[in-house]
Amino acid sequence: MKIAIASGKGGTGKTTLSVNLSAYLAEDEEIVLSDLDVEEPNSGLFINARMVHEEEKYKMVPEWKEDQCTLCGICQEVCNFHAVIQLGEMIMVFPELCHGCYACSELCPTDALPMIPKKMGMLKHLQNDKLSFIESRLDVGEEQAVPLIKQSQDYIDEHFTDDILRIYDSPPGTSCPVIEATKDADFVILVTEPTPFGLHDLKIAVETMKELKKPFGVVVNRHGIGNDGVLRYCEDKDIPVLAKIPNDRKIAELYSEGKLIYNEVPEVKQELDKIIAYLRTLKQGGVQ
Amino acid sequence: MKIAFTTKGTEWDSMMDPRFGRTEFFLIYDEENDELKPHDNRSSSNDAHGAGPKTAQVLFGLDPKVLITGNGPGGNAASVLKKARIDIYVGAGDMTVKEAWEAYKEGKLKKF
Repeated sequence: MKIAIASGKGGTGKTTLSVNLSAYLAEDEEIVLSDLDVEEPNSGLFINARMVHEEEKYKMVPEWKEDQCTLCGICQEVCNFHAVIQLGEMIMVFPELCHGCYACSELCPTDALPMIPKKMGMLKHLQNDKLSFIESRLDVGEEQAVPLIKQSQDYIDEHFTDDILRIYDSPPGTSCPVIEATKDADFVILVTEPTPFGLHDLKIAVETMKELKKPFGVVVNRHGIGNDGVLRYCEDKDIPVLAKIPNDRKIAELYSEGKLIYNEVPEVKQELDKIIAYLRTLKQGGVQ
Repeated sequence: MKIAFTTKGTEWDSMMDPRFGRTEFFLIYDEENDELKPHDNRSSSNDAHGAGPKTAQVLFGLDPKVLITGNGPGGNAASVLKKARIDIYVGAGDMTVKEAWEAYKEGKLKKF
């Protein structure tokens, strides 16, 4: 089963929930945790594990072969991202804008735009007893997170059997990287805070998950601050609230020291138990 | 010589648009015949990605020697403009087109 932990708003507690849930579950069973927020991965700050494997990750981008080009302009017409531009008698390629769709390369009548690999980041595979941790990190200056997120999930699919629970710590927002990180998930947990900001962005995230036809539930973090808008919204819309993690200074202190919290704050463990119970019902209900 | 301005309107009294890639208009001033011609670039708001290089390509087609703008182009657009051999002057984002033109003539704008 694949569980994606996402949110509309940033800084609601995706990583806190991901690392604590994963570490807690890994006390009893094999778990794969992957930080798919490749633009700024931070789950690793909370995971003590040894490196098993590290590899460079590449995306494919076109390279212009001047001597083969007839300057027909098809390449720049088919590129939706303006990554290929014709300037007089020259074709300019912007690898950072390229989404690696191959359209320019495949449709070039004279094969003047062959695809070549370009390094975009690193993937690390770490292990601590039953917890496997996969972190990908985009190189500074790279704009496209999606190819690296996809390759990270492919790596997990190749190296772990389907029966192992995967937890994907997803990027914030609702744009392409979030779609890539959640589209293969069997269930999505949307973490929010009970504030007007949290509710506003939660609504956008809910719309996104409905569009993707994903089953999802909400975890309220920092419960006790703000107002009851999020809870009333979830009730109105029949969205299950899986847990309410309390607002507690102790949690913030542990977090700021890079420590896990579920063993230190009993209420957190209780709330994680509720989430785990919900996930188990889902699994029995036929979600693979 | 032709000079391009990034603008929010089509007159000498219009405000400059400080943005390059998503500028609403270009105004092209042709010194030789004292003509001011607008080019509508508002379709750039439909571009999710790559507005900079795309707009730079459009400007290349308009064939100015000098670009007067506000914030200055981003890296991708700048590399296109460099290849197109267009000189870029920045810092005119808060001016009218007329003021920007005078500031340029008086050498008050910074070369990008």
